[in-house]
Amino acid sequence: MATDSDLLLQAVDIEKRFGGLTALSNVSLTIRRGEVYGLIGPNGAGKTTLFNVLTGLYRADGGSFRFDGRELAGLKPFRVAESGIARTFQNIRLFGNMTALENVMVGSHMRTRAGIFGAIFRTGATVREETQVVRKAHELLAYVGIDRHANNTARSLPYGDQRRLEIARALATEPKLLALDEPAAGMNPTERQALGQLIARIRADGTTVLLIEHDVKLVMGLCDRVAVLEYGKKIAEGVPKDVQRDPAVIAAYLGTPKTPAAGAPA
Amino acid sequence: MSESSWFRTKPGIFTGIAIIAAVLLILPFMLASVGTAWVRITNLAILFALLSLGLNIVVGFAGLLDLGYIAFYGVGAYTYALLASPHFNLHLPFWVILPIGALLACIFGVMLGAPTLKLRGDYLAIVTLGFGEIVRIFLNNLSQPFNITNGPQGVSRIDPFTVGSFSFSKPETLAGLVFSGPIKYYYLLLLVLLVVIVVNVRLQDSRIGRAWVAIREDEIAAQAMGINTRNVKLLAFAMGASFGGIAGGMFSAIQGFISPESFVLVESIMVLAMVVLGGMGNIWGVILGAILLSFVPEILRYTVEPFQKAVFGKMLVEPEVIRMLLFGLALVLMMLYRPAGLWPSRTRRRELASRDK
Ligand SMILES: Nc1ncnc2c1ncn2[C@@H]1O[C@H](COP(=O)(O)OP(=O)(O)O)[C@@H](O)[C@H]1O
Ligand SMILES: [Mg+2]
Repeated sequence: MATDSDLLLQAVDIEKRFGGLTALSNVSLTIRRGEVYGLIGPNGAGKTTLFNVLTGLYRADGGSFRFDGRELAGLKPFRVAESGIARTFQNIRLFGNMTALENVMVGSHMRTRAGIFGAIFRTGATVREETQVVRKAHELLAYVGIDRHANNTARSLPYGDQRRLEIARALATEPKLLALDEPAAGMNPTERQALGQLIARIRADGTTVLLIEHDVKLVMGLCDRVAVLEYGKKIAEGVPKDVQRDPAVIAAYLGTPKTPAAGAPA
Repeated sequence: MSESSWFRTKPGIFTGIAIIAAVLLILPFMLASVGTAWVRITNLAILFALLSLGLNIVVGFAGLLDLGYIAFYGVGAYTYALLASPHFNLHLPFWVILPIGALLACIFGVMLGAPTLKLRGDYLAIVTLGFGEIVRIFLNNLSQPFNITNGPQGVSRIDPFTVGSFSFSKPETLAGLVFSGPIKYYYLLLLVLLVVIVVNVRLQDSRIGRAWVAIREDEIAAQAMGINTRNVKLLAFAMGASFGGIAGGMFSAIQGFISPESFVLVESIMVLAMVVLGGMGNIWGVILGAILLSFVPEILRYTVEPFQKAVFGKMLVEPEVIRMLLFGLALVLMMLYRPAGLWPSRTRRRELASRDK
């Protein structure tokens, strides 16, 4: 059995409604330190909504998140980020007119201190910090394999590299948990495979990963455990090969006709 | 631009800077030989450049549309006027008042920023516009029951800048050259402009500057990166307002007289036009915008009338009409052909460059 300190994130009975639509109902899950945790489910199942509630973008209508021994409920997004959760977005949200390098440098914002006076007077501490930030940004760009784009604007990057840039930017915040929302969307099979290797490496280097993904091959190959959402409810959880055989999961994915479940959208 | 081409152009840049510096140093004497008015016009242009650089922090960097910016200019100007004129019979030295004016303007900036944090775009523009009007109306009406601002009559006989017995308003002869009041102010303004440019450049290339741009580009992503968007936005308002406050104090001393008339909405729009026309977010573009929009109307004023008299024998169109016509035309052409401004910001140019590859 996992001890308390093994647990990085505990979501308990998370509830989220949009008007009459219940996007999440009583979703509970636990993520252990050092694992890759997959979150799968058909479109509209509530996966992104769970990310948004977790990262403070939306306020939950019920339930709580316990992250690294602290309660997250009600925290502003930047506080959640400070506590160690970094994310990417399903619809890429880069700082389009900034360079790739600058995008990653922004990721260092909360781990650095320089203020107005340091900037205006170019104090030694500020200059040293800035040099450090630039070096780290280059390292991270190289880490995700796009350092050649360092001086190009984010919006001019090829699609797949934009997704990698989002990951580099998120890593710059030095997260304990990296939450990726469909990072392989729009990639070809070769790119997907390379992305899988990158995620495996991130985990090996000590960052826990929460992964939303549609690509079954990618999820099954990477994830230690998987949870399946359907209509805002968790219908299965476990190691990939068990979940894959779960009749409810098969039904959800193949769209087997069934009686309207409670909690389904009206 | 690659590293190597940057180094190659560097000697060229140095000669360029040397030439520009030399021209700027002898400029007031050349202008004075045409007419003292031109030195004053240049001084006002520099003041507008200072204002534009301040507004550029708010609009250009942080992407917050502010239509009431002139209010901070007004706060700085009135702070100076009230503390250095016969109105309250206070005559504090300028190096005491300018920081006070900057601080007060900064506080006003935060007062404007705090309630508008959640607003963007058009909504923010409307609230800031209202704020600018409120300040102007206060300046107009704070003459009763206690006479603080002297109402629409404004404050006159404002002290010039003095250091010991050296006064910026009195002409002085040095090495055969006559340094008139406006010329002395010119050099002071040039120095302040230089400092403000350095401050702006350094802010732009700093952690805070990046946070401003990040908020402009995508506020939600900025929050997800751990940026406290509330504080960072307030900082933009506060910094921008402080620059406005300093410029206002100098305006007060240079003019010797101020009234609420100088701080009307059109002035806010003018400063915004300078920022947009020059190239939002680019410090040099913004200065270019300020210089163009300050000088072109004056040049028109001095050429349109003689020109028409010479050609048609009488005045057909007032300079003011032509000015507005050209102004409108310029803005329309800009929107069509150079939407990012005459001298677009670094990132915009980089974007075009990377597209060429
Ligand atoms: N901001 C919102 N307002 C209203 N409905 C929303 C909002 N965000 C998501 N939803 C709805 O919640 C449900 C779950 O959406 P989402 O979490 O994006 O699904 P997934 O990421 O699993 O594809 C969908 O029915 C979606 O339309
Ligand atoms: Mg989604």
